[in-house]
Amino acid sequence: MTARGNLGDPLRRGAVGLMAAVLIGALVAQYVHRGLDFYNSTGLLAAVCLIVVAGAAVAMGALARFDHWAARLAVPLLFGLLLLWAWEVAVVGFQVPRVLLPAPSQIGRVLAERWDTLALDFHQTFIRSVIPGYVMGCGAGFLTAIAIDRSPFLQRGLLPLGSLVSAMPIVGIAPIMVMWFGFDWQSKAAVIVVMTFFPMLVNTLAGLQAAGSMERDLMHSYAASYPQTLTKLRLPGALPFVFNALKLNSTLALIGGIVAEFFGTPIQGMGFRISTEVARMNVDVVWATIAVAAVAGSAFFGALAAVERGLTFWHPSFRRG
Amino acid sequence: MTALDTLHPARPTLWGRLSGGHAVPVLTVLLAVLALWYAAAVWMNAPQIRDEAARNNVELSTAELVGRAYAMERPVLPAPHQIASELWRTTVAMAPTSKRSLVYHAWVTVSATLAGFAIGAVLGVVLAVGIVHSRVLDRSLMPWIIASQTIPILAIAPMIVVVLGNIGFTGVLPKAVISAYLSFFPITIGMVKGLRSPDPIQRELLHTYNATESQAFFKLRWPASVSFLFPSFKVAIALSLVGAIVGELPTGAAAGIGARLLSGSYYGQTVQIWSALFMAAFLAMLAIALVALAERAVALGRGGRL
Repeated sequence: MTARGNLGDPLRRGAVGLMAAVLIGALVAQYVHRGLDFYNSTGLLAAVCLIVVAGAAVAMGALARFDHWAARLAVPLLFGLLLLWAWEVAVVGFQVPRVLLPAPSQIGRVLAERWDTLALDFHQTFIRSVIPGYVMGCGAGFLTAIAIDRSPFLQRGLLPLGSLVSAMPIVGIAPIMVMWFGFDWQSKAAVIVVMTFFPMLVNTLAGLQAAGSMERDLMHSYAASYPQTLTKLRLPGALPFVFNALKLNSTLALIGGIVAEFFGTPIQGMGFRISTEVARMNVDVVWATIAVAAVAGSAFFGALAAVERGLTFWHPSFRRG
Repeated sequence: MTALDTLHPARPTLWGRLSGGHAVPVLTVLLAVLALWYAAAVWMNAPQIRDEAARNNVELSTAELVGRAYAMERPVLPAPHQIASELWRTTVAMAPTSKRSLVYHAWVTVSATLAGFAIGAVLGVVLAVGIVHSRVLDRSLMPWIIASQTIPILAIAPMIVVVLGNIGFTGVLPKAVISAYLSFFPITIGMVKGLRSPDPIQRELLHTYNATESQAFFKLRWPASVSFLFPSFKVAIALSLVGAIVGELPTGAAAGIGARLLSGSYYGQTVQIWSALFMAAFLAMLAIALVALAERAVALGRGGRL
């Protein structure tokens, strides 16, 4: 087989594309940081950047053919790196003012320099307000659902209201909660409780109805009591719905905690940091806070997804084949 | 249920029929909420009134206490009728062009909501079409689309508004960008599901007809996805409203529901905050109802089926 034939092989093409993208991409980033700006040599650099994007696309195309977990991880990672690279080169190359959009490297520097402040903010917002509010709100929603499970009347009354409230802009109650519960974590937790309660209630109620009539009849023929049917059949059956709400609420809780801090807070917290640093035009600190929030949010979500996978391994969406 | 039961179902009692529907249970729960609210208003406002009475050395009877708790100017928790009268005063009894009219502020928010929803809908559908048709896009974009929603975008809303304001974009657009970021997600997810919903057997039929990819898209995939599109739209437009409101919060926006919330919290005008909240809830219901209406219209246009 000739060399040309080898290059026709999508795998080799992918490897060549990846190497070209990485090499040329690194070179471009170097030159841009040395002060070469895009205003002077647009044509050449645009062509070079196109090669990088094309190389990365070819590499991703080759990787997307595989079903191995490493390949499934590599494709989005490559895409993310490409985005970061484009952001860096564009911001530095076009000399975008730092106030508008800082380069990723600048954000990374701030992240390292102000790590102490960011860690304190994280502690105040995430550990002290989000987690307690999340646990209380989800717990209350779950327990309420079980409490009204035996009353179809209350369910019919609460379900439409619950879905309605879920669609409402509940973050708006943040100023009221700050007035009622003060500036510290209690007011943030209260906002989160209200935000997470109804999605949990609605989903758990739907989940408790999910067990099929066949299974219920089987439990009935075993002479199982109501609590037995609940704990052995209907609660496990409701788990996919419950986790749905837990995952949805993890994002809502973080948003609620941060937005509530816009209305008043002790001098710590991610929402406080964002609102004060925006006012001071320190956009890089804001971006660093966002990076922390994004990592925390994704980790929270990922942890829930892992627990879900472990507990509801029987669900069709996790079964293979 | 035995066969005889199905043939002669027992006539339900009047109460059984009423409580079997939705109206009576929902009304009961609403009434209970209202009663609790009035009780809580007295309970939460009472300390302030007692303090004031003690300062002026006035003895208050229970009836007087309750009466004053429902008529405070800046109550801790306003009574529902106070909110209702404030809503009436600022919507119906005031010209909608006035800066103090809630209709004016609602319109500012709604315009950003609709603009953001439109951008989000187009973006969401385009992304979904790309993802369904390209394996590379599916693998590379999909994880980032899901990760994008774990970033608390509402938290960076102030920065987006400030940054876009610096480049010269002010008014509706910055808020619309936030709304679009929130609303594209459910549409993409729903549409990917919808565009993939046709059975393999149906796709194979089109294949035997030698249909092109675009024919298969317009004749099979797109019609099949419409029933997924509208539920996604309902979620998306509610999120879009939240995005627009939060976009107005921290930047000192002069108009909009969010600005009303913020100025209310600065000046302790609780009645104003609550009336803005109720307006927001009403707008959310209205938007969802309109989407449902459009859904029905589309369903009727397709012969009553979705």
